[in-house]
Amino acid sequence: MTDYSLDRVPDLAPSARYKFATRVLPLLLLALILLSIPLFEPSRTWLSLFNAIGINMVFALSYNMLLGQAGMLSFGHAVYFGLGGYAAMHGMNAIENASYDGGIWAAFPMFALPLVGFAGGALAGAVIGWPSCRRAGVPFAMISLGIAELVAAAGFMFISVFGGEEGITGDRMNGVELFGLSLGPLGEVYWFIAFWTFLGVALMYAFTRTPLGKLAQAVRDNPERVQFVGYNPNRVRYLVFIAAGGFAGLAGGMSAVSYEIFTPESLSVIPSGLVLLMAFIGGARYFAGPILGAVVLTYMQSNLSDYSEAWLLYLGLLFIGMILFAPGGLAGLLLSGTTALRQSLSGKGLVRAGAFAISALLSAAGVIVLVELAVRHSNGFGEAFEPFGFHLAPDQMMPWTVGLVLAGVGMGSLKVLSKQGGMGS
Amino acid sequence: METVVFALLNGLIYGLLLFMLSSGLTLIFSMMGVLNMAHASFYMLGAYFAFTLGQHTGFWFALFLAPICVGAAGACVEKWGLRKVHARGHVAELLFTFGLAYVIEELVKIIWGKFAVAYEIPPELNYSLFELFGSQYPAYRIFMLAVSIAMLAGLWYLLKRTRVGLIIQASLTHPHMVSHLGHNVPRIFMLVFAAGCALAGLAGVIGGNYLVTEPSMAFSIGPIVFVVVVVGGMGSLEGAFIASLLIGFLQTFAISIDSNFAEIFSFAGLSADGDIGRITIASLAPMLPFLLLVLMLMLRPRGLMGEREF
Amino acid sequence: MSAPALQLTDLRKNFGPAKIIEGVSLDIARGERHAIIGPNGAGKSTLFNLISGLFPPSSGTISLAGRQISGLKPHQINRLGLSRSFQVSNIFANMSVRENVRCGVLWSLGYGHSFWRNIGNLKEVQRKTAEVLEKVGLTDKADVPAVLLTYADQRTLEIAITIAGGADVILLDEPTAGMSHSETDRAIKLIEMATEGKTLLIVEHDMGVVFGLSDRISVLVYGEIIATGTPEEIRGNARVREAYLGDETDFAEMSA
Repeated sequence: MTDYSLDRVPDLAPSARYKFATRVLPLLLLALILLSIPLFEPSRTWLSLFNAIGINMVFALSYNMLLGQAGMLSFGHAVYFGLGGYAAMHGMNAIENASYDGGIWAAFPMFALPLVGFAGGALAGAVIGWPSCRRAGVPFAMISLGIAELVAAAGFMFISVFGGEEGITGDRMNGVELFGLSLGPLGEVYWFIAFWTFLGVALMYAFTRTPLGKLAQAVRDNPERVQFVGYNPNRVRYLVFIAAGGFAGLAGGMSAVSYEIFTPESLSVIPSGLVLLMAFIGGARYFAGPILGAVVLTYMQSNLSDYSEAWLLYLGLLFIGMILFAPGGLAGLLLSGTTALRQSLSGKGLVRAGAFAISALLSAAGVIVLVELAVRHSNGFGEAFEPFGFHLAPDQMMPWTVGLVLAGVGMGSLKVLSKQGGMGS
Repeated sequence: METVVFALLNGLIYGLLLFMLSSGLTLIFSMMGVLNMAHASFYMLGAYFAFTLGQHTGFWFALFLAPICVGAAGACVEKWGLRKVHARGHVAELLFTFGLAYVIEELVKIIWGKFAVAYEIPPELNYSLFELFGSQYPAYRIFMLAVSIAMLAGLWYLLKRTRVGLIIQASLTHPHMVSHLGHNVPRIFMLVFAAGCALAGLAGVIGGNYLVTEPSMAFSIGPIVFVVVVVGGMGSLEGAFIASLLIGFLQTFAISIDSNFAEIFSFAGLSADGDIGRITIASLAPMLPFLLLVLMLMLRPRGLMGEREF
Repeated sequence: MSAPALQLTDLRKNFGPAKIIEGVSLDIARGERHAIIGPNGAGKSTLFNLISGLFPPSSGTISLAGRQISGLKPHQINRLGLSRSFQVSNIFANMSVRENVRCGVLWSLGYGHSFWRNIGNLKEVQRKTAEVLEKVGLTDKADVPAVLLTYADQRTLEIAITIAGGADVILLDEPTAGMSHSETDRAIKLIEMATEGKTLLIVEHDMGVVFGLSDRISVLVYGEIIATGTPEEIRGNARVREAYLGDETDFAEMSA
């Protein structure tokens, strides 16, 4: 082999400034946001929303270790969230018992319970992943679905472990206090969630920068070639699967402390589907995608459900729309939006982007009007849909026509625009 | 004896209903590589369409009209949805049909309400046909049996005796070959997708009133249909047929067995107070198909009769 | 003299009733540049797939530096020091050029599946990656996503990934397929330089490349090797001429 001395080899690593801007700054920003939220003295409703967002962020990111990073589509990721959560619940009860009778658990701080969740999730991933990671693609997806159904059914069956339909409950105000937090009031739970959210996000980001993380991306892109650079793709998938299970379990542990209850429902395919939606709608191709997805979907879940009975339909339509037109998800849209803005602050590009946005808004407005009218019509209470002071009654022709025209014009112009040259995704 | 005969009959009917669902899915899966997660949603649409149409036209017209409507809906989904994501691979297609299942369920909730609708067995079939061991056997179940067998015969004729059938058969085993024969592949895909959906719709028409017509019906039967397709094997209608009956019998028999683990394994010292001892065979029934699915995918990925792994 | 770098003994492969490789035996010495030529459908790619472990042979053995490797998995064979390229560019499309090469470097430097190290801090990995990129001339495109490279650059990247792990035996499957003349010339220079001191087994259609590059040539026809020898010997071999009958252009180049 020819010897190249170090000074002759160009340094290809990005500049320190670039590294800081892309790798450290976003994390600092996240820390800053997490630290500054309490300054606004949010209400209890907002605090519990933030707590839910934090849990879902970690959960969705752990899911994306599979989908986005290693290209593994799982329909059963809630299994690891749930098993991790149950492990943490049992830990919580062990701490409580130990506070009366003594024992090792007496020294275990409640604050560190997500670690138990991590261990539980990773262990479950190691056991279940062993057989299932030998297949990839559609077979892997089907195995994950089958296992999710099996585990959820077993959850209802083994009452002593999972507590049956009611699940198991606990009390987080026991054991050693850490950082002077009793974890009683919601505000203190916020600090707990913020700490673990930041740690989870940072660690999962760090994972993408390790040899294993890079190999996972290589397996996603081209599993065949990976074999010929000395790696067994199934092995890489298995290790990523364990890590993803661990972080899902961490989120489960956060949830255990935050809600003090876990039910077998949490193991089922329904939360598994929801986390898939979060990661994909947010943008599975980008590290920050699932974070966005968790924020948007958790907000929708807790707030939109008050405004509209049809919010799940909107969620489904959003998901399908993303698959068809924007596979990069919200993160991809944001990114292409900002680059479009940066590149063409003048003239045509901006007009085009604007036209796209307006058409998309028109179609969305049309669909919403139609759906809301349909909801009110089928409820049969004679209620009218009244957005922004308009009065749209489902028993008249006019509102339906308005909805149809809005949707038609919006979708029509979207079609024309995309024919003139794709917006790119 | 009594239980065995009843379980056999009911298992057969349930199995044939499953085959009506899984035959379409197998065709779609083998030809297009799409494991349609929304397949059972079309089954649900069949039941709801039949309910609404039946109120205007009566059951017998609905029996024909509803599957046609479902087939048309399937064609639209293929043309304006699935075809767009096809180029991005099977995982994207899987995601699309997953989202579609979600949307159809929510649409059904909005249009027909969150609770079960009163989709009932037509009065002219609502009597007991014969008596078996002192129990009445409903005529409608025999009608279901007849429809299933008619469908089976029709499908067999279509595949073995017509030109379209030959093309479809060729593409089951050699999906890449068909385009070389000069056939319009997207059109064939659309037709197969529509036909598969129509079959699922037919299953909904005759199954919806026998079981129950509610928004969660797709979600409860959907995964079982996957199991049938995977266990049966890629590209094999025969496999799907055997797997349908197998799972039909498996579930009805398990439900009819009343004993629990403590009774069966009492020699091993299991007591009925423990978690494991308390489990009854009947409660295991819903789990059995998934156990079969996971074992099959790991141990014999080509399924019972499959020509190739997927 | 130690064991040959690569030794095939009575290698056979059937796909059902179809016999693709019918008893191939071949010794390739350490440091030798060996080309395999033959008409389309002769089984050249299948032979590569057997050697690199993609398919198990139906019978016969393959030895790498005296160690039997037939029956091992591709990644195990790669770890023993045999690396291959593909006829159709087989790269990590969504990763940058640098990341592509880095994937090829990692195992050989012993970083296995480690998940506790920041890849950016692995000086050795960075250095080796930069070396390989510099060697193949892709340094200025290091940060381009592989999918956006030109065809010729993708072929170059294919070779870069193949040599990145520092394997002693390199298998190149039609490295110049689809390239223009000037691109081919550059590719040959690159292959010569990159495989200096290594054992090279190459499948190639371009006779100019074959005769210019190789120490010895084997001619594979219908799954059998009908002749092995130096370029001179092959050029004069009657059976080879017969096998190539009708491919006059190829032979015109051969004599050139």
